[in-house]
Formats: sequence, structure tokens, C-alpha cells
Amino acid sequence: MLEIKDLHAAVDGKEILTGLTLSIGPGEIHAIMGPNGSGKSTLSYVLAGRDGYEVTGGEVLLHGESLLEMTPEERAAAGVFLALQYPVEIPGVTNMSFLKHALNGVRVQRGEEELDAAAFLKLVREKTKTLGISDDMLKRAVNVGFSGGEKKRNEILQMSVLEPSLAVLDETDSGLDIDALKVVAEGVNALRGPARSMLVITHYQRLLDYIVPDFVHVLAGGRIVESGDKNLAKELEAKGYAEFVPEAA
Amino acid sequence: MTVQVPMDDASRSYLDRFGELRPRLPGSGLPWLADVRDAGAAAFGETGFPGRKTESWRYTNLASLKKVDFSADADPMPVDQASLPALVYGRESSCRLVFVNGGFRPDLSAIADLPGGATLVSFREALAEWPDLVEQGIQASAPDASDPLAALNAAFMSDGFVLHLKEGVSLEAPVEILAVGTGAAQAPVYHTRNLVIAGRNSRATIVEHHVGLCISSYFSNQVTNFLLEEGALVRHCKVQDESREAFHIAHSTARLGGDAQFDSFAFSLGGALSRNEIHVRLEAPGATCRLNGAYLMKGRQHCDNTTVVDHLSPDTSCRELYKGVLDGEAHGVFQGRITVHPDAQRTDGQQMNRALLLSDKAEMSSKPELEIYADDVKCAHGATAGELDDMALFYLRSRGVPEEAARGLLVEAFLGEVIDGMALAGMRLPLQKNISKWMGDRR
Ligand SMILES: Nc1ncnc2c1ncn2[C@@H]1O[C@H](COP(=O)(O)OP(=O)(O)O)[C@@H](O)[C@H]1O
Ligand SMILES: [Mg+2]
Repeated sequence: MLEIKDLHAAVDGKEILTGLTLSIGPGEIHAIMGPNGSGKSTLSYVLAGRDGYEVTGGEVLLHGESLLEMTPEERAAAGVFLALQYPVEIPGVTNMSFLKHALNGVRVQRGEEELDAAAFLKLVREKTKTLGISDDMLKRAVNVGFSGGEKKRNEILQMSVLEPSLAVLDETDSGLDIDALKVVAEGVNALRGPARSMLVITHYQRLLDYIVPDFVHVLAGGRIVESGDKNLAKELEAKGYAEFVPEAA
Repeated sequence: MTVQVPMDDASRSYLDRFGELRPRLPGSGLPWLADVRDAGAAAFGETGFPGRKTESWRYTNLASLKKVDFSADADPMPVDQASLPALVYGRESSCRLVFVNGGFRPDLSAIADLPGGATLVSFREALAEWPDLVEQGIQASAPDASDPLAALNAAFMSDGFVLHLKEGVSLEAPVEILAVGTGAAQAPVYHTRNLVIAGRNSRATIVEHHVGLCISSYFSNQVTNFLLEEGALVRHCKVQDESREAFHIAHSTARLGGDAQFDSFAFSLGGALSRNEIHVRLEAPGATCRLNGAYLMKGRQHCDNTTVVDHLSPDTSCRELYKGVLDGEAHGVFQGRITVHPDAQRTDGQQMNRALLLSDKAEMSSKPELEIYADDVKCAHGATAGELDDMALFYLRSRGVPEEAARGLLVEAFLGEVIDGMALAGMRLPLQKNISKWMGDRR
């Protein structure tokens, strides 16, 4: 499903990913944990195709197709979705209009018909119900004046509307209290399925109590240094990352 | 008439032309008008076209305008009903006055019945039928003598529209003015004078649409005088979509009595060089004005918005918001002066201008000026110029919105603040369509 092979990437000429290899099968949930600055967000941006994140080596295949040559919008159409660590505020664009442009953007690229206003509204209504997102939030400008929890729920709403085959969640738990965390986790779990793979990036084990991963990896110094099952996360919680990052000890 | 010889040939040729045309200009039998024209020519003669040394024209260079040998009496290309653009305001507008190269065209116009006490006629007709009204309007709003282009207009003014509302008269539907520019064998120049005289507690909305029906050059030199008596409410919305080779210079003056409200919106798309200069005098307590503008410029287009607001009385307020999008090598200018005179306590003046630069070569010049001579005032101004937020662009694209569509959405959102805030709700959709089309044409 997703194959990352010996990936090297640099930002501003500085190499951040230093040979990262990871393979995710269909329907699997992989968690990536690691200390601050280890390159977790960099990996997520490289997967989504953000400008300025220069791939200097390796390859990334989604369904056997190379992602790296694609524009961000083409990746979205190919099924990639990145829930941002810091969702962006867009004054003047309503949440509703954003969702509609996103969904129809993906559909048109896939050669499907655009959804009309009524069909779109029906779809969004279904998704918002489970996520506890009010109509008011849909009418407001994207993420403007949203609380931390609202921003993260909004990311999950976008994900559930776009139904990606690969979802990358970058610290979706950060800044959430336990109730908000549960709502977000429920939203994510509702999207689990045999055709949808997820890469859940987190700094803390806590999220993984609610979104239980099939595999856990430790990212340090720009590559995967340890892999295991969900128990690895518990171990990390107890011991910290010191073992993997000598200089942080 | 003695006229000091101006420095440059271009300015001088306008004065020579004035000498020839003077006896044939409308209202030539009216002594007061002859005086106004001569005074205009004399004022223009003192300076000629302003150069960069003239402070208020520092950022707008008229060299390209001076190079063109414009003709003041060129015959326009034929224009018929079918070649006119659709109504901006749709079926809702009560009447439509059409001007071709500055001259009123009754055959193309549609004047519905206005309520009693409301008069809407061409400047020429007003001079013939109601010369006293025109005199009163022009004398009461003598334009800032320091603006040479307005002085030139005073010398040559030949047609335009005159709207007069008696006390308490309210126009429900907007009045639409369509000013068409067309080419001619020699590039035409026309000096339009409009007058809006709004009596006590009267109301009107005027939508002005300037559109080029050619791709060649012409020079539209406009002056509009607004006089708002106590409690009057006038909304003025101008869409400037002139030919890309055209020059559009518009100077407006507005005098407001107590509790009068003046709302001005200028949307600029066209022209090689355009300037909207507006002088507002808030003369009695409760007078308020809103000056807003949006512009979209590309190629080598130049667009200047200059506002001068005088708070002359206590408890007056003014809100200004101008937002523009500049692509290619376009140049935007915003100059805003707010003067709070000594008696004008509790003045509330807010001014903001923002530009979005879509290219490295686009440029924005802005000059806000506050002069405050009263102590109890609330005044603020701000200016920003920047590029599209690349994180917002990435966010949209990562959700599947193609790059150009994402840029379009962000540009519409940027201008949305000023479009959504406009008092004339019915104009929002046509303006949004203009923005989408402009973004589409960029591709
Ligand atoms: N835009 C950027 N410009 C310069 N350096 C960056 C940028 N983004 C990330 N970095 C650097 O890359 C490294 C990894 O950052 P990041 O991927 O954000 O780590 P994590 O998400 O694991 O905390 C850090 O040293 C950070 O300072
Ligand atoms: Mg991070």
C-alpha cells in the first residue's frame, strides 16, 4: 500500500530525514513516535508534497505509484490526507466552501462528477453529526477563532469527507483534553477499514490507548530506529526516548 | 483671459485647445460658467500637468498621458444598444443613463419615472433647463484648486449627469450610469462633470460603470461633486473597467451636513492608468462617510486611490478600507490623508489599506497621513503589502484543490472583506464574478 524506501529529505539544505524505510499494508495503522525535532512533521510534509521539503534520495510508492513527482493536489486525489499538527487559518473562506472545493477538486481529478449543492450538504451533515461539529462551525471561516479541539475535529471532518486511502495524522492529540481526545479518536476509528491505512504520529502514548495501532515505530535522527507492536509505545512511555537519542540523555 | 505659459508642450496644447473650443463649449452664454472655465484654465496654466515634484502626484507619473495627442472633439466609433454590456444591477435599476465618450446618448438610455422631487438629467440639459441649480452645485463644491486635473475639467467640462433630490425624496432603486469609452481616429479625451445634490433626508444609490468598448487609448477626466444636506444618504459605487490602454482620472468632492452619510465604493479593473481621488468634508455633527475600494491590476497597469478627509466638526466619523491585488508589473498607490480640525472633537477615523502582491515585480506605494489638531479623537491607520499565504495555499492543495483554484479562492477571500462589507448588497455578486473572471484570465 505505502512503501517508503531509504527516504532522504532536506529543509533549507539541512538533511532531516536520513534514510527512512517504512512499509504499511492495507488497513494497517502504524504509529510513529519520537522526540521533538526528530523529523516527524518533516516526514508528513514530504508525504503531502509541501514546497521547500526537498527529497534528496529514496522513493515513496502509494499503490505502487511514485508519489514524489505528484503535486499536493494530485496526491490528495491519489488518496493521501495529512491532518496537520497546526491546522491553518484561512480568513474569508468558509469551512463549507473549503470542504466543497476540496471534495470536488478530488472528484474532478479522478474523473468523477462534481457533487451538487444538495448532495454535498447531505454528505457533510452525515459526517458532522458523529463528530459533534455544529452548523455554525461550518459557516465560519476555516479554523479562524477555533479552539485547539475544534481545529483538530475539523481536520478529522475533512478526512471523513475526503475518505483517503492513506491518512497521516500529525500530533492530532496535541493540545487536546481527554474528552476532546476521545471525540477525535472516535472519529478516526470510525474511518478504520480494510482499504484505509493510517500513519499516526504522536509524541505521547496516550493517543494510542484510543487509536490502537498494529505497529509502532520510533523515529530518531531522521530514520526509524526501532519497530514493534503496541507494547513498544508503553515501553517508551515508561523509559523515554533517551535510549534512542544519546545526545538527549 | 491671461494664462501663464506652462512648462511643457502637452499642457500648453490643452490650453490652446481650450482657447479654440471655449466659444463652443456648453453653456457658453452663462457668464458665471465662463468665469469657472477661465479660472480652471488659469489654475491649470499655473502648473500644467503635475509632475513627480507635486506631492500628491508623487507616485503617479503622467508622462505616458502627456505623450498621447488626444482630441477633444473626435467622433466616436458608432455604438448601438447591442454593443452595450448588460446591466450591472440587473432589472432592479430604475434608470440607466448612457454616455459614449463623455456625451449623453438619450437613444441608448432608459429613464424610468422617478418620484416627484427627483431630477436626473444630463449636464448639458441641466445647463439649459436649470442653470441656477448647476451654478449653485458647482460653486458650492469648488474642487480643490490644487488639483490640476480637476482644474482642467472645470475648463472643459462638457457633459455628465446631474441628480437632484429635494428634501425627503428617496430613490428606492439604484440609478445606473454607464460611461462607455470607444476608440476614434484620434484618441479622444473627454471631461465629464457630474453633480449630485441631495436635499435634507433624501436618499439615493448611484452605480457607475465605466467600460471600454475598444482596446485603444482614450482619456476620461471625471469630476463628480456630491452635496449632501442634513440627514441625506448617498451611496456611490463605481466599477472601472476601461480599455487597458485608457487613462481614467476621477476626482470627487463630497460635502456633508449634519448626520449625512456618504458611502463610496470604487472597484477598479481596467485602464492603463487610473486614479480615484476623493475629497470629503464632514462639516456638521453626525456626518459619516465610508470610503472603500478594491482593485485588481496586472501587466503594467497603474491604479491610484487617493483620499482626503477633513473632519471639520465634532462627532464625525470616517471608515476607509482599500484592498488590491497586483500581478505582473502592476503598480498600486494608496494615499490617505485625514485632517482633524481644531473643533472636531470626538472624531472617529479609521483607515486601512492592504495589497496582495502576486508577482515579484508588482509594487505598492502607500502614504497614510494623519493631521490632528483636536485632543479628543480616535484615529488609526494601517497598511500592509504581502504575498499569498503559502501555508494556506499548501493546505488547500493538500486537500485536493488545484493550485490555480486555490489561489483564486485566497484572492477572493482577501477581497471578500471589502466586498462583503459594502453597503450595496446587490453589487456583491457581480463584483465577485469579476474577480473570478480576472483570476481565470491569469491562467
Ligand atoms: N521549515 C523549516 N525550516 C528549517 N528547519 C526546519 C523546518 N521545519 C523543520 N525544521 C527542522 O527540522 C527538524 C525536524 O523538525 P520536525 O520535522 O518538525 O520535527 P518533529 O515533528 O519530529 O518535532 C528540526 O531540527 C527542525 O528545526
Ligand atoms: Mg512535529
